[in-house]
Amino acid sequence: MQYTTPRTIDAAVADLAAAAGAARVLAGGTDLLVQLRAGMVTPTVVVDIKGIAETRTITREGDGFRIGAAVSGAELGEHPDVRRAWPGVVEAVELIGSTQIQGRASMGGNLCNASPAADSVPALIAAAAVCRVAGPGGVREVPVEQICSGPGKTTLAAGEFVVSLFLPPRPKNAGDAYLRFIPRTEMDIAVVGVGVSLTLDASGKCTSARVALGAVAPKALLVADAGAALVGTKVDDKALAKMAAAARAACKPIDDKRGTIEYRTQVAGVLAERAARIAVARAKES
Amino acid sequence: MSTASETAKLKWVGQRAPRPDGVDKVTGRARFGADISTPGMLLGRVLRSPHPHARIRSIDTSAAEALPGVKAVVTAKDFPDLPSEFVPAGEMMVNYRDISRNVMARDKVLYEGHPVAAVAATNAAVAKRALALIKVDYQVLPHVLDVVKAMQPDAPLLHDDMYTLGVTPVPKKASNVAKRVEFGCGDIAAGFKAADVIVEHTFTTQPVHQGYIEPHACLANFSEDGTADLWCSTQGHFVVRGHCARLLGMDLSSLRVTASEIGGGFGGKTVVYLEPLALALSRKSGKPVKMAMTRDEVFKATGPAPGASVYVKMGTTKDGRITAAQGELRYQAGAFQGAPVQPGAMCAFAPYDLENVQSVGYDVVVNRPKAAAYRAPGGPIAEFAVESVVDEMAKAIGMDPIEFRLENAAREGTRAVYGAKFGPIGLVEGLQAAKAHPHYTAPLGPNQGRGIAAGFWFNIGGESCANINVGEDGTVTLMVGTPDIGGSRASLCQQAAEVLGIELHKIRPLIADTSSLGYTFLTGGSRATFASGMAVIEAADDVVRQMRERAAKVWEIPIEAVTWENGMARPAGSNAGEFEPLSFADIAKLAGKSGGPLVGKAAINAQGAGPSFGVHMVDVELDRGTGKVSVIRYTVIQDAGKAVHPSYVEGQMQGGAVQGIGWALNEEYIYGEDGKLQNAGFLDYRIPVCSDVPMIDTVIIEVPNPSHRYGVRGVGETPIVPPMAAIANAVENASGVRFTALPMSPPRVLKAITGAALPDAAE
Amino acid sequence: MAKCHVTTTINGDPVEFLCTTEQTLLDVLRDELQLTGSKEGCASGDCGACSVMLDGRLVCSCLVLGVEVEGHAVETIEGMAQGDHLHPLQQKFLDHAALQCGICTPGFLVAAKALLEKNPDPSETEVRYWLAGNLCRCTGYDKIVRAVLDAAAQMRGA
Repeated sequence: MQYTTPRTIDAAVADLAAAAGAARVLAGGTDLLVQLRAGMVTPTVVVDIKGIAETRTITREGDGFRIGAAVSGAELGEHPDVRRAWPGVVEAVELIGSTQIQGRASMGGNLCNASPAADSVPALIAAAAVCRVAGPGGVREVPVEQICSGPGKTTLAAGEFVVSLFLPPRPKNAGDAYLRFIPRTEMDIAVVGVGVSLTLDASGKCTSARVALGAVAPKALLVADAGAALVGTKVDDKALAKMAAAARAACKPIDDKRGTIEYRTQVAGVLAERAARIAVARAKES
Repeated sequence: MSTASETAKLKWVGQRAPRPDGVDKVTGRARFGADISTPGMLLGRVLRSPHPHARIRSIDTSAAEALPGVKAVVTAKDFPDLPSEFVPAGEMMVNYRDISRNVMARDKVLYEGHPVAAVAATNAAVAKRALALIKVDYQVLPHVLDVVKAMQPDAPLLHDDMYTLGVTPVPKKASNVAKRVEFGCGDIAAGFKAADVIVEHTFTTQPVHQGYIEPHACLANFSEDGTADLWCSTQGHFVVRGHCARLLGMDLSSLRVTASEIGGGFGGKTVVYLEPLALALSRKSGKPVKMAMTRDEVFKATGPAPGASVYVKMGTTKDGRITAAQGELRYQAGAFQGAPVQPGAMCAFAPYDLENVQSVGYDVVVNRPKAAAYRAPGGPIAEFAVESVVDEMAKAIGMDPIEFRLENAAREGTRAVYGAKFGPIGLVEGLQAAKAHPHYTAPLGPNQGRGIAAGFWFNIGGESCANINVGEDGTVTLMVGTPDIGGSRASLCQQAAEVLGIELHKIRPLIADTSSLGYTFLTGGSRATFASGMAVIEAADDVVRQMRERAAKVWEIPIEAVTWENGMARPAGSNAGEFEPLSFADIAKLAGKSGGPLVGKAAINAQGAGPSFGVHMVDVELDRGTGKVSVIRYTVIQDAGKAVHPSYVEGQMQGGAVQGIGWALNEEYIYGEDGKLQNAGFLDYRIPVCSDVPMIDTVIIEVPNPSHRYGVRGVGETPIVPPMAAIANAVENASGVRFTALPMSPPRVLKAITGAALPDAAE
Repeated sequence: MAKCHVTTTINGDPVEFLCTTEQTLLDVLRDELQLTGSKEGCASGDCGACSVMLDGRLVCSCLVLGVEVEGHAVETIEGMAQGDHLHPLQQKFLDHAALQCGICTPGFLVAAKALLEKNPDPSETEVRYWLAGNLCRCTGYDKIVRAVLDAAAQMRGA
């Protein structure tokens, strides 16, 4: 297995192209090394993108934030401005694994590993994050909800990789939150994950809402009906119940060692309500 | 015999002394099983069955043997086909024929992960490639995983020569039921008739792994003259020597086994897996061979505690007197017989003084890894069932759960159902301490509940040796044979210091290898501090006697006229003569001139192990939206007889309780319909993490065990016996729902509390 | 494929080693450099027994490739004591009997040190969540948490 350390985006694209499909991108490595060890993947080349500055920096871009795809959860959590603007995204990323995993794991890796249960993804979808993708055809921008196509699969073309993620500008009275259910208090893969991002007007009425679910379908879902159930309301109990019902209706989970269809569906609704309440509280404070 | 006044004068026993191996362990210097290497060593790896049940038609290792870098390949052909023979291993019995076939499959594979071949190669990559080159032709057979299904007459048969022992007449047809055991007394029919309230349930538990953080590892080094050295992580290196010598056809004296530091065992490292393979590979290749399991292999191929189906029926009068108790325990042994159903059946009702009891157990084989001991083997499963029923009976008659247990508690003189009469025991004291504890009356918030449960383990003594070698400067090496799995080195040094009367830091302990000390049974059965302690005390007494002899010689007075006090020899009275006292160091200096080196020895079979009773109290909080049960407060009360080192006694209590929390709430083996394990790692085999549990408060009761000079009782196993019932009782208190299946994981809890059918069987 | 030559810093000392691209940092520490204080409990980042610091960040060394540490700085358990002076955490672990078998202890010490460097006054809850990636099967965590809180107090001069 070869190991390369490109210093520029172009060099990385060249390394990936040269491997003709048998390469894997290495950011934090907290998924890739587990898969290598288990023999689940057998790349001929591993391309370590951490030497590329654009993948490792957090910068303000207009009123939004551009976050390198290989920025670790620990680094993201230490950025006070991102945390203030997007507490839901940050808490979602910080839930990935242990403190040790946080020292390496990245949003780019979490997204492109494409586990249906990935913690950062529902929060990123709720936030309407946009990925900058580089490849042989150049650079393109892709809404984050279009990246994953199924368990372990992305829509990235051969030789493409995610360079950075853009979090859009945050209006006043906007709040987001991410909750997940796991059987222990830490260390588990999400049985259900819910990301909610919403904006309120001056009177407390919801003017926009995005609700995304993880671990209840082959990929994380943006549930339009759930968001719609909140828009135009004061996010009272009735609206929340309607949103929860829409969330449940969108679930297409499986029975596996982490949860049953029945359980995931039920809990998705419970967490959607709880996450929305937190998002509202944050929106009112912001 | 220890009295209160004797124990009050103790200098070392009862102290929180520094731990002799502590500094090495906090600096990373201590050597565990996989931490040594030797020049020229090869790496060994095991090829394991992908099928839960299959006949082996053929194995072709030729391509693997031809691979450059491969120095040896072994299969069942390289091991003798041993006949059936039972030997004790802790509280369980093992069968040599079964051990040899478990270590390397012969004719059939009986679980996914069952070894079929092993290779030794110059590096890990070559070993991995070699495994892939071994061709095994399997005839896949139907498999059975569930204990109740395995007992049915039409179940797939694992062993065609298994005819159930313990039933008359002897069955004509082979089955998966290896053995039936029964214990009892009195007349349960009459007892149930006399009851005002009867409670009965069937309980289901899943296999759980001991969860030691260190995977099995060893290094074997065979010499061309047929002698070998083996370094391994084990709870019992003399037992390893015995098993390996048998499996390899060696003399015991030709095999020297050294116990490394051990990274957890809890019973799971009382058996052999890699060791015979490493020795065979080393013998065949002429080179040292190092082997270590991956975590995946640990889960797939080492022995968990069995899963079980347990029926318990008990009756009580409305005044709180238990009139009858009946249990039927069906334990999964895994691929070979030997589930700890006998200790389970013996111990199930032991905390209570009962006239009418019947306890029946079945040892049933299924296509899973062979069960191994896990802390009080057999007990936790049985006690989960019994203490749940006891709690329900108390509630049914409106009696406080502690009062109900006190009303029926076993005391000194009570005859246990398995025949033994209890000496002094601490159950009543434990129950009273629980009742008086502030935890018992602390207020509970919404969705919170409290549960209590009692438990016990009988503990064992066993063969133990100790040597004390006195150096010319008066410092001492203490050699014992029980590997230190939880701090016993410290408590053994403390006991030696107490007898010898010297400063603790002048004693250096060593876990001797099998060539350097007499046979010592493994560390298990909560025996190290008790039984090795008795041996240490006897060896120290031997040293003290010799010290007195030398002083007597120097002073030219009879030995009876010499006393030993606080590490000094003194003349017994003014009649004996006016001599300056001689210290331990003084006499040590004179050793050669006064008769020779000073060595104290003991070789005993320790008797009189005292049972340890415990009472656990737990508060839980229920999240009604998700079914998650959180443990918010936990108190462990346990009788230690005498806590030689209180910190390590507390540690056993806390560690066992948290293992029980995992067993109660989240731990289970998850198999697919295909008989393959789906959660062979710490990600999905969920042991408690630091944030899952609160502080575990401990109360040590001391009802001395008269057999031990300082009153010691083993404490290591009892703490895992009560937690599951305590938590189930707390969940019932919080939710009104009685759970009879473990684990009480969130999906099961949510389903039950939202009114759907109770999950009586495992899903 | 030929092995890679890596130059790095371990516990403050310059170190060079050869490794394959497949070997993890944990493999290198244990098998190439005989630094066996970091342990393999799972090789999949679930147990924390292999914890080390990489450029001042707490990581699992089983999830870092050996080749990745070129030009970086690694700190292991072996570097925690200063000469024969134990770090306060090491001493408190001994004082509180926060270890039984000791296999998880190096990982816990490295992780706890990282915590106290970032947050010198953690609450019990903060300690527990920070250490959730370090599994212990022997102690039930009670004495470990007490030892960390006590060491923190001592290091604050409280």
